[in-house]
Amino acid sequence: MFDLDSYQKPETLDQALDMLAQDPQARLIAGGTDVLVRLREHKGEFRCLVDIHDLQELKDIRLEDDGTLFIGSGATFTDLMESAVIREKVPILAQAATTVAGPQIRNMATLGGNICNGAPSADGAAPLLVLEARAELRKAGSSRTVPLTEFYVGPMQVDLAQGEIMTGFSIKARDYQGWTGHYYKYAMRQAMDIATIGCAAACRVQGQTLAGLRLAYIVAGPTPRRCFRAEQACLGAALEPGLLDRISGLVLQDLAPRDSWRAAKDFREHIIQTLAQRVVARALERNGASL
Amino acid sequence: MVREIKCDINDKEVTLLADLRLSLAEMLRQNGYFGVKIGCGVGECGACTVLVDGLPVDSCLYLAIWAQGKNIRTVEGEAREGRLSPVQQAYVEEGAVQCGFCTPGFIMTSTAFVEKHQGRACTREEIRQGHSGNLCRCTGYENIIRAVERCQKEDLDKETGPDQE
Repeated sequence: MFDLDSYQKPETLDQALDMLAQDPQARLIAGGTDVLVRLREHKGEFRCLVDIHDLQELKDIRLEDDGTLFIGSGATFTDLMESAVIREKVPILAQAATTVAGPQIRNMATLGGNICNGAPSADGAAPLLVLEARAELRKAGSSRTVPLTEFYVGPMQVDLAQGEIMTGFSIKARDYQGWTGHYYKYAMRQAMDIATIGCAAACRVQGQTLAGLRLAYIVAGPTPRRCFRAEQACLGAALEPGLLDRISGLVLQDLAPRDSWRAAKDFREHIIQTLAQRVVARALERNGASL
Repeated sequence: MVREIKCDINDKEVTLLADLRLSLAEMLRQNGYFGVKIGCGVGECGACTVLVDGLPVDSCLYLAIWAQGKNIRTVEGEAREGRLSPVQQAYVEEGAVQCGFCTPGFIMTSTAFVEKHQGRACTREEIRQGHSGNLCRCTGYENIIRAVERCQKEDLDKETGPDQE
């Protein structure tokens, strides 16, 4: 039995926002795959729940007229894997979704929960970061949009105010059209595991030069992170064999992997640099480019 | 904290009174569905797998009240009129059961897997991935995978007739 003090089930997003506004103790539950585990451990923080599980308003995945892709925060990883529009426009996100836990968890766990949880190991974060996704946040009476790079503020900390609900992510057409990407999760097992390191890359190619590079890692610092220095240094670089070495030589500048019982820092650094090469190479291949 | 929950369990409409602090696994066991095993309780082992509207979920990480209006399938509903389901029969044929604790959860995962991929024989790798949310400490998985292969093959044979050699 879960240790709950109060439970409210809104039928609409507006009701949910009102319930959150009225009870400063209240926390959201969506897929439940993180919250129920913590409740089971008798963590006090989730004793008062506002339940947005299965709230249809948050499940939308749609392509808007200007090409912006909107993904509702309540979309599950299975939804992402099976959505035709995700598979066509941002296949890297469907690819990352397949690496999350196992089928049962993917049927429940939501993309919004994966990000709002704040974990440095969120598989959903790396592809969203290289797609320049923006988090759409709503509060009773107001809304705001935050680039995902700024949404992560510290270890297990995100820029989500009390009373706010993340409604989804928007990805502009210019951030996926012409880009190809790849995600690789390095873990001890092929399923039901937390990444030792996860790496996402997106590339844009013009002729024989690299017209755009975006690189993001999970578990390589206190939050999922982009490697802006490596990205900028390689902008406009010629597509030649030395390019991958150059990228992998620069990625650690923006990252801060640490020792944990899962892996040592120097091992993580080795994986980070190896993945920089392999993942960027695969992303380039998908663009028809080779080195 | 007690709520009334109306749902279908194994094709029967039921109305249950359940404490909203219960997981679906706990509620099902309290109502006699002991085929739902609680192993790890945190969504790692899959022993508590049931189908909710056809999708396998870990019922230990699923609030009982979320079952409202849903169609729930547990292992108790799989055999019909004394006959095992095709998945259950394939598990028997291939000796895919040892201690049996993980079996009800595996049966439900395999059932959803076979129904989802109807008309197509999946690769071993696809079968492994499709069952990666269930742990078995006894069998080493080999016979379980064979059971799923057998079940898919028999299903295809039924549609197209067995291979003529």
